Amino acid sequence: MPSVKIPKKSTFVDMTPFVDVAFLILTFFIMATKFKPEEPVEIKTPNSVSTKDLPDTDALQVTFDSTGRVFFSVLSEKDPMVKYNVIKHMNDTRSLNLTEAEMRNFVKAPAIGVPFSGLKALLAVPAEEHKNYKQAGIPLDTLGGELFYWIRDAVGTFTGKQLKYLIKGDNEAKYPAFKQVLNAFKKNEIFKFQMITALEDVPTGSELDIIRKREKASGN
Amino acid sequence: MASIEGGGEGGHKKGPGVKKAKKLSTHLDMTPMVDLGFLLITFFIFTTTMSSPTTMELYMPKDTDKDEDLNKAKESGALTVMLSKDNHVYYYEGQLKEDASNFISTNFAGIRKVIIDKKKAVIESHQHDAGCEKIWAKNGGDKKSCLDKDLVVVIKPGELATYKNTVDILDEMTITNIKRYAMVDLFDAEKILINKTEGN
Repeated sequence: MPSVKIPKKSTFVDMTPFVDVAFLILTFFIMATKFKPEEPVEIKTPNSVSTKDLPDTDALQVTFDSTGRVFFSVLSEKDPMVKYNVIKHMNDTRSLNLTEAEMRNFVKAPAIGVPFSGLKALLAVPAEEHKNYKQAGIPLDTLGGELFYWIRDAVGTFTGKQLKYLIKGDNEAKYPAFKQVLNAFKKNEIFKFQMITALEDVPTGSELDIIRKREKASGN
Repeated sequence: MASIEGGGEGGHKKGPGVKKAKKLSTHLDMTPMVDLGFLLITFFIFTTTMSSPTTMELYMPKDTDKDEDLNKAKESGALTVMLSKDNHVYYYEGQLKEDASNFISTNFAGIRKVIIDKKKAVIESHQHDAGCEKIWAKNGGDKKSCLDKDLVVVIKPGELATYKNTVDILDEMTITNIKRYAMVDLFDAEKILINKTEGN
């Protein structure tokens, strides 16, 4: 039997277009990435049809997780001194006995979730390691608990600025936790909040859908 | 392998004695670059967060003890929605009857229709009054703007309702364009009814 000769083809594949596409995708992801600020707890926020953007400066954020632990953070990306002033004010009014270094550490810390009594111990730990530090949550009760003082003192240092109040809650958190957070704000005479949610589509045919379409049409 | 092929075959012949320049291969091995490229892509895919968070506004009323500060709601226009564990939703229209015959159980999929139907009913039974004139004036004479002014949805999340349930029902208000709604606590009678329905 004559052997069938298979013509030898080169296995050489030109990968250049492939590389082009790969780097295009890479560029896209580099551009699109916005690093999440690190948080001590992972929160799965609920969805809503609201399209309002999240402010990243001049805002106070209260976070509560699925077990009801409450965290407090001051958002002031543009001006870190604001955050420093908050803790300095807190230090004076609550006599926390914090050192200068510990107050500097607060500025770097993403969110605080310990009672006043544990604040010094938490701030002794570098901010980068806070996510491994077990935080018990800010104590709350029906009158607002310690969160009331956090909000009051933070608002006090922000005088003359339009502050926004953000509430970030976990899907699985129970309603009473949310209510207690609201109470702490209400005790401070704050009645307008923004709840952090993820974007969801408006159900087609609903009244809001019709309104939004009309607005879009008239806007163009 | 990935490479760039460079240089043509052609080259002019040189005379004898002229030394040929050594031709270097322009084949580049691109494999390490591709490896690195994909490594970076993988990294960015994992770290990127695509959906940017949005915020939903919530206005709460000031707690008040004074009766004249309280918002009055017409019984015909009131819809009370109660939330409980495992995404259960209960509702009743107007006042809760003694025998609880208007206490109805539903879920999040069904509540939208209930709200829309209630809104339709309120609009149909709308009666013009002085309050309406004010709303017209505020909305630039839009006569439709006060048709549903008697509609008030009262949201009562129970202790076992989750935060997600609460946000979902508030979102439902936005979706169905309810202008007046309030979030309050459950009454004892309602708590008992919910407990009875859920069998504990």
